[in-house]
Amino acid sequence: MSRVAQNYGNRTMKHIIATIGAAAVAMTLVMPGAKAAEEGGEEHTVHYPLQKPVEQDWSFAGPFGKYDKGQLQRGFKVYANVCAACHSLKRVAFRDFHELGYSDEEVDAIAAGYEVQDGPNADGEMFTRPALPTDYFPGPYENTEQAKLANNGAVPPDFSLIAKARGVERGFPLFVFDVFTQYAEGGPDYIYSLLTGYGEEPPAHIEVPDGLYYNPHFVSGSALAMAQPLYGEDVEFDDGTPATIEQEARDVAAFLMWAAEPHLTERKEMGFRVMVFLVLFSVFLYLAKKQVWSRVEH
Amino acid sequence: MSIHEAHGTYTPTSGIGKWIDARMPLPRMMYDSFVAYPVPRNLNYAYTFGGILSLMLVAQILTGVVLAMHYVASTGMAFTSVESIMRDVNHGWLLRYMHANGASFFFVAVYLHMFRGMYYGSYKAPRELLWILGCIIYLLMMATGFMGYVLPWGQMSFWGATVITGFFTAFPLIGEWVQELLLGGYAVGDPTLNRFFSLHYLLPFMIAGVVVLHVWALHVTGQTNPTGIEVKSKTDTVAFTPYATIKDAFAMMVFFAVFAYFIFYLPNFLGHPDNYIEADPLVTPAHIVPEWYFLPFYAMLRAITFNIGPIDSKLGGVLVMFGSIALLFIMPWLDTSKVRSAVYRPWYKLFFWIFAADAIFLGWLGAKPAEGIYTMLAQIATLYYFAFFLIILPVLGLIETPRRLPNSITEAVLARSKKSGAQQVTSGAAASPETRG
Repeated sequence: MSRVAQNYGNRTMKHIIATIGAAAVAMTLVMPGAKAAEEGGEEHTVHYPLQKPVEQDWSFAGPFGKYDKGQLQRGFKVYANVCAACHSLKRVAFRDFHELGYSDEEVDAIAAGYEVQDGPNADGEMFTRPALPTDYFPGPYENTEQAKLANNGAVPPDFSLIAKARGVERGFPLFVFDVFTQYAEGGPDYIYSLLTGYGEEPPAHIEVPDGLYYNPHFVSGSALAMAQPLYGEDVEFDDGTPATIEQEARDVAAFLMWAAEPHLTERKEMGFRVMVFLVLFSVFLYLAKKQVWSRVEH
Repeated sequence: MSIHEAHGTYTPTSGIGKWIDARMPLPRMMYDSFVAYPVPRNLNYAYTFGGILSLMLVAQILTGVVLAMHYVASTGMAFTSVESIMRDVNHGWLLRYMHANGASFFFVAVYLHMFRGMYYGSYKAPRELLWILGCIIYLLMMATGFMGYVLPWGQMSFWGATVITGFFTAFPLIGEWVQELLLGGYAVGDPTLNRFFSLHYLLPFMIAGVVVLHVWALHVTGQTNPTGIEVKSKTDTVAFTPYATIKDAFAMMVFFAVFAYFIFYLPNFLGHPDNYIEADPLVTPAHIVPEWYFLPFYAMLRAITFNIGPIDSKLGGVLVMFGSIALLFIMPWLDTSKVRSAVYRPWYKLFFWIFAADAIFLGWLGAKPAEGIYTMLAQIATLYYFAFFLIILPVLGLIETPRRLPNSITEAVLARSKKSGAQQVTSGAAASPETRG
């Protein structure tokens, strides 16, 4: 290409880009307005939850986080005395309760407090017996049909994984910051917020259907089938901690996080050792690389 | 080997070494490929992802083989068996988090590898087959990743499988037959899970096979480099070992540090909470979202909300989605520029970075509900994606004026180190030439 042609080519290119750029900017500025005008009068799509979860301080957050066994025991008491009336915990075995700081005898005693079905025996009959540490936590219902019947058609979800199975979308740019702050407690924050989120009067424009209960923290609507489960003083904690509704909600959320992710403490401890190794080894490799490449210009 | 002159030759010294070399010279092949093999002396860290990807493939196969020992491919047991891996298998949580996050980081590496190829024009003659083999690996990875995500049998597994196999029904005549073949029935169920498990185990070994072809093709043509100029003399290259080996090893370790950060501190960050709910064919999740590495394509699929003549919006979306990947295969023939590297193509460089931003933007849109302003933004972004391949690449090569190319890699390297040497004198700062393109 000749010099003149080159200049012409470049100028044309600049012109094209400037035009495209201006058009794109204009489009993005104008279109939302046009869209809004089009939809005028119609209802906006409501995004749930109405209120974001309230972030709590958790002992298991951050790179050195670990479960607070006292808190897990308190949380277990809340689960066993309140939640377990409707919610199963079918993937947790009694033997797992050693991790909550209970001794063998205490685990045996906890298990013996529950009846499980076994059999068939020599007569071909099913029978019930007190649970052993090897048994899994028995649920409150025989099957989902029974659960539905008892709960107005709604099935109370199993709690084994609930702390990992619930999460409110963080959105941009929060999810980017979360990588650096290691925010991974969306589940327990949500559980805490839901349990303490009852009791408000619904705003005038929200109609709460019969049999549902208003809760602005509920992730998929403005009301849910579960009535307020905690009011404070629902249990008496063995360690003397006052059983406020906030305390109970926080403790049971921590317990459910443990139920969903029992190896969290072990994972973070191993993670630290692995990270130290990888960073140190990277530094050594970098120095070796520098030394090797110093022999050539590159 | 006149241009790609090897650095040294293999000479077996021990008796057994000579014995093997005379019969099946595998050690000689390894020596020629990974020790004496000449690589351009100016490769930067963008060229380290090939090695990282090989290692990721090995890591995925190793963790996957052990996970398969504990996994049960049946709709009744799959979710429970994965949970028993997480709870009761010794270090099962570590294996599963490595495997699940490994898939994500495999894709992180492959996307960086592909962007590097696009930026430095690695797809151009004589490397078209090398590029196409890479595209085949990418397609196989997508199939493997998708089927692997179905195996834990969570809500997103089930509904993702339902939605993605549903794409095929958009094709007239054969569509339903293809879908039934994939599912092994009329809906996602036990036959689906079993064939997905079987294929998920098979495909990584097919990937390994194509990787061998990919590396073979690479060793025939030689690597590209940031200047895009072919290797012309021995001074343009250095020996693979120790130069590339140590640099790749360092890059791998840094990559692994980031990977480990996610495994140990944010193992569920890249997943979806709904996949911790066991699959339930009667309950549809509010938003069905694929894994993050499919999001740009998902956004393009959903961007087509209008009918084009006889093509309805569903078929249109599917064609756009498959087309967006098909374009990668013909990229070597779409780009008309004789200059490889974006370093010497000022306009291509600009459009490339817009393309990279566009791909990330599409990924963000893919995670948003397909409504309101998002649909229109996705349409604009899709338009740019296709325009980049079909208009910008062919036209730019004809009208763009490239910058002056250096005569050789050696000349480019020496000119730069002279310049950075001068900077060192004036600023007193320690320049790090290895960080530059």
